[in-house]
Amino acid sequence: MINKIWGFFIIVGISVCLLTNKISIINDEILSSGQQALDMIIKLFPVIALWLGIMKIAVTSGLLNKLSNLLSPLLKKLFPEIPKGHESLNYISSNIIANMFGLGSAATPFGLKAMESLQKLNKNKDTATRSMITFLVINTSGVTIIPTTIISMRMMHKSINPTCIIIPCIIATALATIGGVIMDRILARRCNNK
Amino acid sequence: MQEGVIINNISNYVLPMLVFVILVYGIIKKVDIYDKFIEGSKESFDLIFTIFPTMLAMIFGVNIFIKSGILDYIYNLFSIFKFIPSEILPMIFLRPISGGATLATLNNIFAKYGPDSISGLISSVIQGSTDTTFYVITLYFGSVGIKKIRYSLYAGLFADVIGIVSAIIVVKFFF
Repeated sequence: MINKIWGFFIIVGISVCLLTNKISIINDEILSSGQQALDMIIKLFPVIALWLGIMKIAVTSGLLNKLSNLLSPLLKKLFPEIPKGHESLNYISSNIIANMFGLGSAATPFGLKAMESLQKLNKNKDTATRSMITFLVINTSGVTIIPTTIISMRMMHKSINPTCIIIPCIIATALATIGGVIMDRILARRCNNK
Repeated sequence: MQEGVIINNISNYVLPMLVFVILVYGIIKKVDIYDKFIEGSKESFDLIFTIFPTMLAMIFGVNIFIKSGILDYIYNLFSIFKFIPSEILPMIFLRPISGGATLATLNNIFAKYGPDSISGLISSVIQGSTDTTFYVITLYFGSVGIKKIRYSLYAGLFADVIGIVSAIIVVKFFF
């Protein structure tokens, strides 16, 4: 699947450039993409290093466990395959909570740790499990309660009411998450029946 | 403005408080906080090396696709839907594939139409209610070496569609 999409993006991109005589764009892109990816990684690296450190303390002290107990009724419904008390539940709940507060920088390391521990439960190491997909869907639909980046951008552009989008955002996020999870359930069932 | 300042102040406190609480709780539970921090932090090296190729591949593919200008044709095609302001079409199509390009578009819309215009409001809500699905999928699956992603892209994109449609409807209803 990833193979096809990736190939599709590049082949379509190059074809369109060929047809519209903009091939120099591809030349620039081939040279600059590496740099851009490196910049992104360099920005992400210190954040991940810091949060994985802080998180280790929270794991060892049992704080993360407490946190996931708080969310456990919800998590049990969303991730029925994960055995009770498994470490992945701790990371999933921290990721969801970090996302809710708009702490994108902290949410990513939590999410990566969650995937790592979900992978430990996985029998086919190259195939996504149902829990992984559910977790991804929750992540892609945002689950933000306070969208900090947008509020600050709106303030920068002198909005008369920068925070007026909070309630609409919560409604749209909630609908997206619910819709995504329902779709996830339907597709999972269909996959199992095959 | 007042509200904005308060919310911004609250979010300024969240991270420091989080670190504070984690450290204090660790000390109470007699954890070697310094050693554990170093131990956890070391894991980031492996993680970064694993995700770099995935990120490179994604940026390379998405950039060629976006820069080719093919989306302009798609925007033209979709401009027949009159209830969607045409200036937010880039927001809709870029949102699932590129976080950077979306933020740039959002900035343009704010600068050109203002953050309180209907387009500015819809774009804000789209930005706040969805995430870069393609990035999340490649990053998270890439970090653990998952190749068969099964139906995850469909479910993820479906969530995006719902998020975008609700954003448009909710904004038109509220404002």
